[in-house]
Amino acid sequence: MSGQSITAEPPIAGAPPEAEAGAWRRYAVALGFLLPAAFFLVLWVVYPAIRTIVRSFFDDAGGQFDGFVWFDNYTRLFSDPTTVTAIKNNAIWVGVVPALVTAIGLLFAVMTERVSWSVAFKTVVFMPMAISLFAAGVIWRAAMYQQDPDRGAVNAVVASVKDAVSPAGVLSQAQPSSEAIEGTPQGGLTLTEAIGTGDSALLGLTGIRGEEVPEDAEQAVLPEPLQGGITGVVWRDFSPGGGTPGEVESEEVGLPGVTVELRGADGGQVASTTTEADGSFVFEDVEDGEYRVAIGSDTFAAGFGGIGWLSADLITLSMIVAYIWIWAGFSMVVIAAGLASIPREVLEAARTDGGTEWQVFRRVTVPLLAPVLTVVFITMLINVLKVFDIVLSVAPGSVQDDGTVIALEMWRESFTAARNYGFGSAIAVFLFVLVIPLLLLNIRRFRREA
Amino acid sequence: MTSAAAAEARPAPVIEESMSARILRVVAKAPIQIILVVVGLFWLVPTIGLFIISLMDPADLASNGWWTVLSEPSRLTLENYRTLLDNDTITSSLWTTLWIAIGGTVIPIFIAALAGYAFAWLDFPGRDWLFILVIALLVVPLQMALIPMFDLYNTFGIFDSVLSIILFHTAFGLPFAIFLLRNFFIGIPKELLEAARIDGASEIRIFLRLILPLGLPAIASLAIFQFLWSWNDLLVALTFGRETQPITVAIFSQLRQFGANLELIAPASFVSLAIPLVVFFAFQRYFVQGLLAGSVK
Repeated sequence: MSGQSITAEPPIAGAPPEAEAGAWRRYAVALGFLLPAAFFLVLWVVYPAIRTIVRSFFDDAGGQFDGFVWFDNYTRLFSDPTTVTAIKNNAIWVGVVPALVTAIGLLFAVMTERVSWSVAFKTVVFMPMAISLFAAGVIWRAAMYQQDPDRGAVNAVVASVKDAVSPAGVLSQAQPSSEAIEGTPQGGLTLTEAIGTGDSALLGLTGIRGEEVPEDAEQAVLPEPLQGGITGVVWRDFSPGGGTPGEVESEEVGLPGVTVELRGADGGQVASTTTEADGSFVFEDVEDGEYRVAIGSDTFAAGFGGIGWLSADLITLSMIVAYIWIWAGFSMVVIAAGLASIPREVLEAARTDGGTEWQVFRRVTVPLLAPVLTVVFITMLINVLKVFDIVLSVAPGSVQDDGTVIALEMWRESFTAARNYGFGSAIAVFLFVLVIPLLLLNIRRFRREA
Repeated sequence: MTSAAAAEARPAPVIEESMSARILRVVAKAPIQIILVVVGLFWLVPTIGLFIISLMDPADLASNGWWTVLSEPSRLTLENYRTLLDNDTITSSLWTTLWIAIGGTVIPIFIAALAGYAFAWLDFPGRDWLFILVIALLVVPLQMALIPMFDLYNTFGIFDSVLSIILFHTAFGLPFAIFLLRNFFIGIPKELLEAARIDGASEIRIFLRLILPLGLPAIASLAIFQFLWSWNDLLVALTFGRETQPITVAIFSQLRQFGANLELIAPASFVSLAIPLVVFFAFQRYFVQGLLAGSVK
């Protein structure tokens, strides 16, 4: 750092007064160049930093220097439930994000080397770097993470997968319309009285919202009894005028697509069928005996309500995904630059020696990239320790206590209602202490390369 | 496997070999291509989603996902943007953001260039130690200065002003800017400077006429970073502004009633990220250069 930069000889002791005056004049010029920067750095960085350190030892609530409390603010840092949550959350961030961002960046950098449209890909992945963490948080919260599968894209994808695996029931909130039916929707509804062949079963349901009635439903029809079989109808036992419970009346519609089970005397299932558009169903060729007719519980299975990405349990995970979405581009671009600087011959030589692609990657590429990977990793560590904006934009107010991080607690303690400057200062100093070794490491590596 | 195939094909005409090799190469790359397309889409979807939301009618939005518009583009409307432009809070916050970003870019870079030149080419005692001190200031997180500056701004009566926010960005942008510019300036050929000095040019003249033009590539990278940093900031403006609200803070105050006013938040967010995106696409090269030089901040 010295050597190369020295342009003028230092003044020699005992030099003629003229030369000395020239030296002083040069110093004055240099001072003039440095003064504006010095003004800002001293007044905005050095002085406040010292003041914050001092303040962290005072019980300073409401902006009053209130008395020296030794390390009380620091012990509170590790006992106050909110700051403990913040520290725990930050530990998760530190444990997950830098490693993942570095790994993803490396993966992308290596993969893009093999396609001709790498510039387009890199531009797309890198783009979130330009926008604010705050706006990026809004993007994820508004477009991706809403709980209602009809509004949040992530849950919409989950819902479509889930519907394919275990579809929602036709009716989710129906209740029996009369006491002829017992049971609960969760356990399945059963006709109280046993019936035999030639009988018809009346399964009236209420509590079905208009929009829940299947579109192809028609006027309910009580089917004719069938010799050697059991017939019946499942219908919405409700008409605009009210109607009599337990009777099929005009303007009451059948419920199509409902699974009806025929259960034997021992409760075991004998047969099952689904209802027609008018709600009717038929079990043919039933042996003589006593049976019970039931609507299976899967008819009432609730639809997928969506995963609560913004709930207390998942908020940190959700924020981390958004954060990786933002920073992967940075990692990819820096690592790709490192990759480009590896001499092709080295890789070619390794391949000629019979190394597989994986071996070349593992034994040659990664070790040669180690310095770059370290810089990315440490840079991400520093970023993650200071993470702030994204919590305010992704986490709804009600879960901010659960998703909070150190930098956010510093701000909330100091500048929201509490105005707890002493404690806020201690949190700031804690952050400072965490960041120092990392930044020194990065600067050292960085200067070695420069 | 490729080399084995090539060895076998050697007696055949050269053109045929390269054809088969090419087909093999394309087939071998297919999985990577597909994965990258999927990943690329995943990276695009959220931003596109917000953009579509910003173009949807609030009533429509309340019950329908933004992706349903893709099959029915006629539902898109510019109404939200029209309402946004009539919203004085938002429009004035956009101007505030612009002033903060411009001030927070020009001032620190000019001051850092002065200091960077001194550290690179002027002689004074303790120069190297002072430079190390400046680098050391890089480690100070801005959280360390929030509370004291809050007090100080109040004392000097500049709390809640664009100026107070700009000056804060200036100070915390300086260490890195000085570091970067000093390292760039030192690479300027010594002969150029000496020739100018022999011609009797003053240092300030050399700085303005020689150093600044020659340092333009580094200054450009730095300018983009400072601009984006000041434009995108939330924490500083949230702390030192009340009435003075840049767009991030304005959106933040809207967020408290989230859901009820997505039709305002979505277009406002999109406008707030459109300008950084324009800067990004216009100066992508400088942006990447700055990033490679600056992965230390």
